[in-house]
Amino acid sequence: MTPDRIRSEVSAWLDANWRVDRPLIEWRNILLEGGWAAPHWPEEWYGRGFTLDQTAVVAEVFRERDAVPAAQVGPRGLASETILACGSDDQKRRFLRPILTGEHTWCQLFSEPGSGSDLAGLSTRAELKDGKWIINGQKVWNTSAHHADFGLLVARSDWDVPKHQGISYFLLDMRQPGVEARPLRQMNGHQSFNEVFMTNAVVPPEDLIGGEGNGWHVAKTTLSFERRGFSRRVRGSSIDGAKQGPIYEEYEEELRIAAEPYTWYPQREGRVDLVLPRARETGTIADPATRQEIAKLICLYTGARLASDSAEASRKAGTTEIIPAGSIGKLAASVIARQASHVHTMISRADAMLSGPDSAADGIIAEVLVSVPAISIAGGTDEIQRNIISERVLGMPKGYRADQGPFRDIKRNA
Amino acid sequence: MQTEFSKEQNLLRDIVSRALRDKSPVTAVRESMATNRGYDPVVWQELCGDAGLAGVHLPEVHGGAGGGAAELGIVAEEMGRTLFCGPWFASAVMAGTALIEAADEEDRGALLPGVADGSTIATLVLDDLNDPAGVGGSISSAADGKLSGTAAMVLDAHVADLLLVVASGAGGLGLHAVESGASGLTIEPLQVVDSTRKLSRVALADVPGRCVGEVSGDALNRIWDRICSALAHEIIGGAQHLFETTVNYTKERFQFGRPIGSFQALKHRCADLLLEIEIARALTHHSARCLDAGAGEPWAASMAKAAAADACMSAARAGIQLRGGIGFTWENDTHLWFKRAKGSEVLFGTPAIHRERMMTMLEGAA
Repeated sequence: MTPDRIRSEVSAWLDANWRVDRPLIEWRNILLEGGWAAPHWPEEWYGRGFTLDQTAVVAEVFRERDAVPAAQVGPRGLASETILACGSDDQKRRFLRPILTGEHTWCQLFSEPGSGSDLAGLSTRAELKDGKWIINGQKVWNTSAHHADFGLLVARSDWDVPKHQGISYFLLDMRQPGVEARPLRQMNGHQSFNEVFMTNAVVPPEDLIGGEGNGWHVAKTTLSFERRGFSRRVRGSSIDGAKQGPIYEEYEEELRIAAEPYTWYPQREGRVDLVLPRARETGTIADPATRQEIAKLICLYTGARLASDSAEASRKAGTTEIIPAGSIGKLAASVIARQASHVHTMISRADAMLSGPDSAADGIIAEVLVSVPAISIAGGTDEIQRNIISERVLGMPKGYRADQGPFRDIKRNA
Repeated sequence: MQTEFSKEQNLLRDIVSRALRDKSPVTAVRESMATNRGYDPVVWQELCGDAGLAGVHLPEVHGGAGGGAAELGIVAEEMGRTLFCGPWFASAVMAGTALIEAADEEDRGALLPGVADGSTIATLVLDDLNDPAGVGGSISSAADGKLSGTAAMVLDAHVADLLLVVASGAGGLGLHAVESGASGLTIEPLQVVDSTRKLSRVALADVPGRCVGEVSGDALNRIWDRICSALAHEIIGGAQHLFETTVNYTKERFQFGRPIGSFQALKHRCADLLLEIEIARALTHHSARCLDAGAGEPWAASMAKAAAADACMSAARAGIQLRGGIGFTWENDTHLWFKRAKGSEVLFGTPAIHRERMMTMLEGAA
């Protein structure tokens, strides 16, 4: 279907159905029935089998009309895509609709204190007792877990096979006595994540997804959606301006809760945009050493953007094989953020000791300085990105591994 | 503005790459660099006279192919990759660019065809190779047109038929054509780090020359930018050669019972290098597109020169280090590219000078 045709169909449908005085959930159910909640999904699951480009046209029309879309923000996007890709029809029937309507929120239960970069080395236990899965263990870095209804859980169900083969993937009901989420405070003072403790938590057999021992495959599916940004559709989906109508109040509250963990994310990228204005304002733009460092930052930033545009163009033209360009981009973002933090320190000089309202740009610069360390860790450390680049882009040989054989015999954290 | 190479440009790269691999393998580079002349006239005729590599960026009316900075950059990149040894950069890039930007129409018509087909070897005589602001400080032209002064380092002057001298006169800077046998002209070859790029000291004592055009401050900066963009391409070609051969070496060299490329210390260094080179390469290609479109950042050439030079030196250091002892021998080829990298790092402005130049432009634009 052509973009123009899509535009006119969506417009006509919105003319007939969109009203600001409906309760949010009621509106989203109408949206689902109309097939406009997730147009890139198949027709039997609320969609129209659109491409992502066609889906973007639909989203554009919704934005132009200030019409509230289906709930997509935060980890629930990962949940719905994973269930759609790997779930049974029964699971899709039970879980997809309340995700799209926004009734259920979700969280991701992947990382553990003992397994960070080595996700497949996880040791949360899943044991089948009396026909139910009993879960024991601890997870960490769980955005939204403190208010989530369900969690995407990976746990070890077989300790006698190699590590990737003994993992199973569960849809965990978070509202049960065996599950406790505790906020985790970061070095920059924010609490964007939680730790989740599971003590004899229960999962019914029908909430195992993808089959026993097949959890690593399902987890890779979730991670591929995460890399493609399905968990970060927060900023783009906001409604512009102060729109009037009851539905906007409910929607804004949903967005606020979903966006709250991410308020400091621009700071962890280094706030390159503030470098020149601050250098001019403070007069440090005249300092030769600072000028050198600013110029290096501009070269890095400009060059990385150009390289990424060029990689994107080659990908679209199909002239290069699909390489993990994301890893190069992620490593570039780390280098840029570190250089920006370095330059902000040179510009602030002794004032870099101050924080909050007492400091430059109402604390934004101080927040940059203590948030940048996160960018080279979150979503795969720089060291892991370098492994991926060297092995998959440069074809360098894999290193010696000490984690082959039955997982039970592998050395791991106490 | 263009963000990708066109089909024609990719075809040009393939042709140039094949010609250079064929005519200028590293064995030939080693032979040429050991001679005083510094190039092989037969190869010069084949690459410039037959294949037209000296005129790729020159106007068609003057015997060139009518390309722009992008096409010149493609040739320069492949030249750098194969470490071509000869006066191509001095003649085609430096002298050719100076003639296009500063010479009068009549003189362009007289001088460019020889440069374009390689029958004339020309060079550009600048008395400062660090910063355009310093040009004209040492060489001056008298009222009668005679030139006096010294250029401490001139590329390939010892083989040049035609020297284009930038000299300061009563009305500002001018571009003067001097023939190689002119009276009062002394050309003294210098001992150099990079034997693939010959340098001479050029002294002028009342040398008769012909003024072919004025060189305004803007024109000098345009010449500088075009040369720096082409040089950045040459540098990035060398960086890619160094990087690819080094990565390949780590896959083949065994120590402790495994290829050394399986050690993370080396893998991570290579991954960082890839990133540095990709960024510098993107800036380099961008600089040519900005020049051709007359758009984009006015400091694009300085960004390219600074980033490419730093990236290439990183690749050169890693090229030696990751090979270990063998990389430090004369027999191994890595040092040839290392020395070119070092020379190109400082030619036409160190990275620090270019970063300062770029900040000056950026603040001027604010």
